[in-house]
Amino acid sequence: MFQDRYSLAFKLYPYKKSKDQDKPDAVRHPVVIVGGGPIGLATALDLGRQGIPALVLDDHEGIGMGSRAICFAKRTLEIADRYGCGAPMLDKGVVWNVGKVFQDDRQVYEFNLLPESGHRNPAFINLQQPYFEKFIFDAICTEQERGAPIEIRGKNRVDAIDVKDDHVVLSVDTPDGAYQLEADWMIACDGAGSPTRDMLGLGFEGRVFQDSFLIADIKMKSTEFPTERWFWFEPYFKSGASTLLHKQPDDVWRVDFQIGWDVDRKEELKEENIRRRLDAMLGDDVDYEMVWSSIYTFQCRRMDKFRHGRVLFAGDAAHQVSPFGARGANSGFQDVDNLGWKLGLVISGKAPESLLDTYDDERIYGADENILNSTRSTDFITPKSKVSKNFRDAVLNLAERYTFARPLVNSGRLSVPCTYDHSPLNGADDLPGGPVTSRVGSPCKDAPVGHGFLLDQLGNDFAILAINTDVPNSVDIDGINVRSVSLNTTDDLTGALAERYLGSESQAVYLIRPDQHVTARWREYDEDALRSAVRKACGKE
Amino acid sequence: MPLITEPNLYSPDDFYADLIAAHEGLSDEESEALNSRLILILSNHIGERETLKQALEAAKKS
Ligand SMILES: Cc1cc2nc3c(=O)[nH]c(=O)nc-3n(C[C@H](O)[C@H](O)[C@H](O)COP(=O)(O)OP(=O)(O)OC[C@H]3O[C@@H](n4cnc5c(N)ncnc54)[C@H](O)[C@@H]3O)c2cc1C
Repeated sequence: MFQDRYSLAFKLYPYKKSKDQDKPDAVRHPVVIVGGGPIGLATALDLGRQGIPALVLDDHEGIGMGSRAICFAKRTLEIADRYGCGAPMLDKGVVWNVGKVFQDDRQVYEFNLLPESGHRNPAFINLQQPYFEKFIFDAICTEQERGAPIEIRGKNRVDAIDVKDDHVVLSVDTPDGAYQLEADWMIACDGAGSPTRDMLGLGFEGRVFQDSFLIADIKMKSTEFPTERWFWFEPYFKSGASTLLHKQPDDVWRVDFQIGWDVDRKEELKEENIRRRLDAMLGDDVDYEMVWSSIYTFQCRRMDKFRHGRVLFAGDAAHQVSPFGARGANSGFQDVDNLGWKLGLVISGKAPESLLDTYDDERIYGADENILNSTRSTDFITPKSKVSKNFRDAVLNLAERYTFARPLVNSGRLSVPCTYDHSPLNGADDLPGGPVTSRVGSPCKDAPVGHGFLLDQLGNDFAILAINTDVPNSVDIDGINVRSVSLNTTDDLTGALAERYLGSESQAVYLIRPDQHVTARWREYDEDALRSAVRKACGKE
Repeated sequence: MPLITEPNLYSPDDFYADLIAAHEGLSDEESEALNSRLILILSNHIGERETLKQALEAAKKS
């Protein structure tokens, strides 16, 4: 039987019987992606844009109702720009910079994200998750029209998998009954509860946090609330042990109450009970409409390894964090960004399979950083012992008067991309006066160049970024075309390029990976050094 | 030396995590005792009576 587990915000890929279902033998596909959440869709988009056939199987017919993620980071928008879906996200999203922290009835302090200027994208936007996913889906449709080999099958639920040495056999259930498929590579993007993880008998260890959070997304009739992030510790209105208020598009505000572990979910989710909490907070005279509500609990955990032979895990299926810091979907997007080009090179025979082991190395490093940050935020927001609470309260108390205590206040450390400092793919770092922020392993910072932005020019493939020095237009290295982006000081109207890529050097040559991380840098161009760095970045050395 | 009240901690999140971890598994009394020892150790490190007096005043103001 086929039963929906949730209702849909957008029905996008209604079930259609596929020809594969009538074939006597299982049809083989290069890549099958299990799960059409944001991470599965983005993976399909990345691969499809490279011309690699990607088949997505999802057990529903579109995007689930209810917002979940609302906060998307600059890095995510930059990746989305590469995929052709960044602009609509930025258009629809709410840009915010100011945050206020309260305890009880007093403001502890106010902060401004003060985003560095000279980036195409802001530090963060707020956008309901269904829109985020819809824009990825729209980009898939655009790519399909251009011939990208992407297919999405709705109401196709993966019920069993059998992992062989060089392929995976999937048993898929549909409204017309079950059928089998084969995949050279399978990517599991089936969410935190990942059925495929269970089918493979793989663990998902970490910490459970004994607290529940009630989310109410409300539409305000009058919109006097500012576009700021407000966070209360122990608010005077007593609607939760902590409370978050944050604006989304369409005059919708996210309110998130920490309501304790032992709660009667059904009772708490009754509209009158949610309204009681909201009214205590907002006052009786504020008019609003309920858009969505839910109760969530969370864990901070990850799988031991994200690669299991021909099966690769990405997104929530591989790692889960608390929502504080908005590191869920944002980190999943970095998984996609990391996996896409590597799998592309392996499938097209340009890199050895072992390159995929570095997806493990790099994204486990990323997951650990996210788990550490989100665990610390959680421990600050919900202290686990009396002494921990004493320190927390002391920090909040001192922060009002003394600036030194403010960096210790932790209501979520918002997602930033990680720098792969120890990646086995890293090459030479031979630019002694180069800035630390563009060291080998770091994600490229954007900068205005000429009439556009640097990241747009770097593109989706290996690139040489040459500043104030001559390099060849392109170099072919084992079938990989490395294109050059040559810039000089006259392109750098704001000085941001020099500040971000030259430091105290007068010239520089960077080798940039397809995911726009720096993989080697030098003062001068040397073809042998470049060849060796590209080979290393492809897992060949 | 006047008391520093501007941010001066290197990597505040790491420090805070170490501080909380030092108390893990301790009873309330043990935690209190640990805090007392910690204050004395840090005071000795600061050394100057005038600075310490300012710190005491700052803490009392809450
Ligand atoms: C309250 C809350 C707030 C959050 N806020 C933020 C935030 O501000 N920023 C942020 O970045 N993240 C946030 N997150 C996290 C974010 O929602 C998740 O990280 C994100 O949805 C993960 O995407 P995914 O594609 O990995 O998994 P999912 O979105 O869970 O998608 C999994 C998909 O797989 C499908 N599926 C499952 N089993 C099968 C099967 N057997 N066969 C076929 N298909 C299957 C499901 O139907 C679903 O479509 C928040 C989460 C919560 C709960």
